[in-house]
Amino acid sequence: MENTLTSKQLLAKLQSEHYAGAMQAKKEGKLVAWATSICPQELLETLDIDVVYPENHAAAIGARKDAPQFIANAEAKGYSTDICSYARVNMGYADIQFSEAENIPMPDLIFCCSNICNTVIKWYENLAKTLHIPLVMFDMPFNHTFDVPEHSIRYMRGQIEYAIQQLVDITGKKFDYDKFSEVMKVSSESALWWRRATDLGRNHPSPLNGFDMFNYMAMIVCARGKESTRDLFKLWHDEMAEKVRLGKGPWKEGEEKYRIMWDGIACWPHLSVTYKTLKKYGINMVTSTYPESWTIVYEQNDLDGMARAYSANYANRNLDYGTGNVIKLVRDFDLDGIVYHSNRSCKLMDFRQYEVQRRIEGATGVPSVVFDGDQTDPRIFSQAQYETRIQALVEMMEENKIKKQRGDL
Amino acid sequence: MYLGIDIGSSSSKAALLNEEGTIAGTQVVNLGTGTQGIQTALDELYERAGISPGQVLYTVVTGYGRLLYTEADKQITEITCHAKGIHYLMPDVRTVVDIGGQDSKVIRMDSGGTVQNFVMNEKCAAGTGRFLEVMARVLGCSIGDLSCLAAQATQDVAISSVCTVFAESEVISQLSQGQHPNDVARGALRAVAKRVAGLCGRVGVEDSVAMSGGVALNQTMVEVLSQELGRPVVPAPDSQAVGAIGAALLAREQYRKTR
Ligand code: SF4
Repeated sequence: MENTLTSKQLLAKLQSEHYAGAMQAKKEGKLVAWATSICPQELLETLDIDVVYPENHAAAIGARKDAPQFIANAEAKGYSTDICSYARVNMGYADIQFSEAENIPMPDLIFCCSNICNTVIKWYENLAKTLHIPLVMFDMPFNHTFDVPEHSIRYMRGQIEYAIQQLVDITGKKFDYDKFSEVMKVSSESALWWRRATDLGRNHPSPLNGFDMFNYMAMIVCARGKESTRDLFKLWHDEMAEKVRLGKGPWKEGEEKYRIMWDGIACWPHLSVTYKTLKKYGINMVTSTYPESWTIVYEQNDLDGMARAYSANYANRNLDYGTGNVIKLVRDFDLDGIVYHSNRSCKLMDFRQYEVQRRIEGATGVPSVVFDGDQTDPRIFSQAQYETRIQALVEMMEENKIKKQRGDL
Repeated sequence: MYLGIDIGSSSSKAALLNEEGTIAGTQVVNLGTGTQGIQTALDELYERAGISPGQVLYTVVTGYGRLLYTEADKQITEITCHAKGIHYLMPDVRTVVDIGGQDSKVIRMDSGGTVQNFVMNEKCAAGTGRFLEVMARVLGCSIGDLSCLAAQATQDVAISSVCTVFAESEVISQLSQGQHPNDVARGALRAVAKRVAGLCGRVGVEDSVAMSGGVALNQTMVEVLSQELGRPVVPAPDSQAVGAIGAALLAREQYRKTR
């Protein structure tokens, strides 16, 4: 029977199949691509090109504490410590090509979309150049206006069409538009179920523990275009919906006392301590900006819609849009506080963080704290400093609760 | 009696509060977490106040060493304690700066002394008391004497490195190039003041700013920080004990709440 697995078991199975499958594909002589996390993977899926995601791979290496050797390798090659640690881990991996944590096959082509940041442009160009393999690049300029301008969408559409041609040339295959249409449909469905599942965090208590979301995210990054991914998110959704019906919270033991949003990427090398410290105080991360980031939804066969979805990616939107989105999260998820991860790696997210914090505080009065860390470089984080900030946040949230009870807020 | 304890990285502070909510005594010992500092402070405090430890109804511990101190009834962060202490000592103040050994922080509070927002230095010694300690060592003086040296300066020697380690070598080379120690001392204070002013900008400052902690005893520091902020900075009375006083006030609140 297919559905006897829990979503957690299914996630573990799909994840290991994803990595093992890529290794196998390479062995069988199939083409393998390395791609950025929010790229038009639909094209690769249609052409049956196996794809792995260095960001996700670096996160896995980070979480299993194997990042330092790759970081050291990249830094020895001359890459600055200021460069995104996903990039440093991956460029180190391109040399060392083995990790105890998880392995990916070496690529035959590079597939990069700059709708997440500018760092990926040089990072992926360097890979293509040093490995002497083709580069398919989607240049997606930052949207400085609130709405995504029409010309950006047309620009993206043009690049999608051009990329199809490039991929046809690389693979020597015909592009099957019927299959493409099916992949578009499945990708949108996966994204929708991802969104529906994570939206269940709005319930009191939330059935969703945000650190689980960090884990499930692996599949929305790595295999959006596959039916198994859609089914996974639907299963996860249904399990949590059942928890809501039964009034169950995020944890087996302990009650959800405070509801927060976590801004930014997880601190993978210190995942356990960052999680346990929150849980100790009854803090549940009920949401983040990630549910929105992967709500890549558009109509089947609508190439313009697909172009719009990729150019409208959350990370590529302006400050007003980002702030408005967080204000909405504060209200929709009934948040008590926000934890901002000032992530040394990700300039895109950090540079606007203080201004976002200032605006959110002004608009909602919700208290927040910023802590220093890094997504994969373990050297940046200090446990004592993290704990002090989290505890101070609890004290502020508690004061607010008392004030609310008294009717002062 | 209610007891507040503040164990920092380089000093230990204690404060006693009586039933009426008035401070019955404070004690500071310049030895931090992992030493006998807090015990010495408590012994002296009890003796001076003429009470025995048994008379203490509730204890709150705060500071960097709070997680390791097991004898208190509750531990509360230095952020909340400093805000509480300052609100008690200087009720009109809304912003407090505390330059600690490990952490520098700027706290903004509302009219009731509740923390609204705070920022701390990044995971780095720049802008903390540790930076000043290192500078004092290079100048061959005590951290207390930094203020006196700086007060006699005729100019500031700019220290451009943010990193404490690089700043140390920068200062050594400036001294060897013949810069006057007084001017270097004031340059060091200026460097910290600039960092702290940056933190102040992030929380948003209103009216006057109070300063707590041992560095508030450094008059030149207070003066230089006022210049950087373009507004008066007022050292808190009994500045080193502000966190402990806040902790004692919270001990009294907690005790009443639990009864
Ligand atoms: S973490 Fe930030 S800098 Fe690194 S790849 Fe992702 S978006 Fe780009």
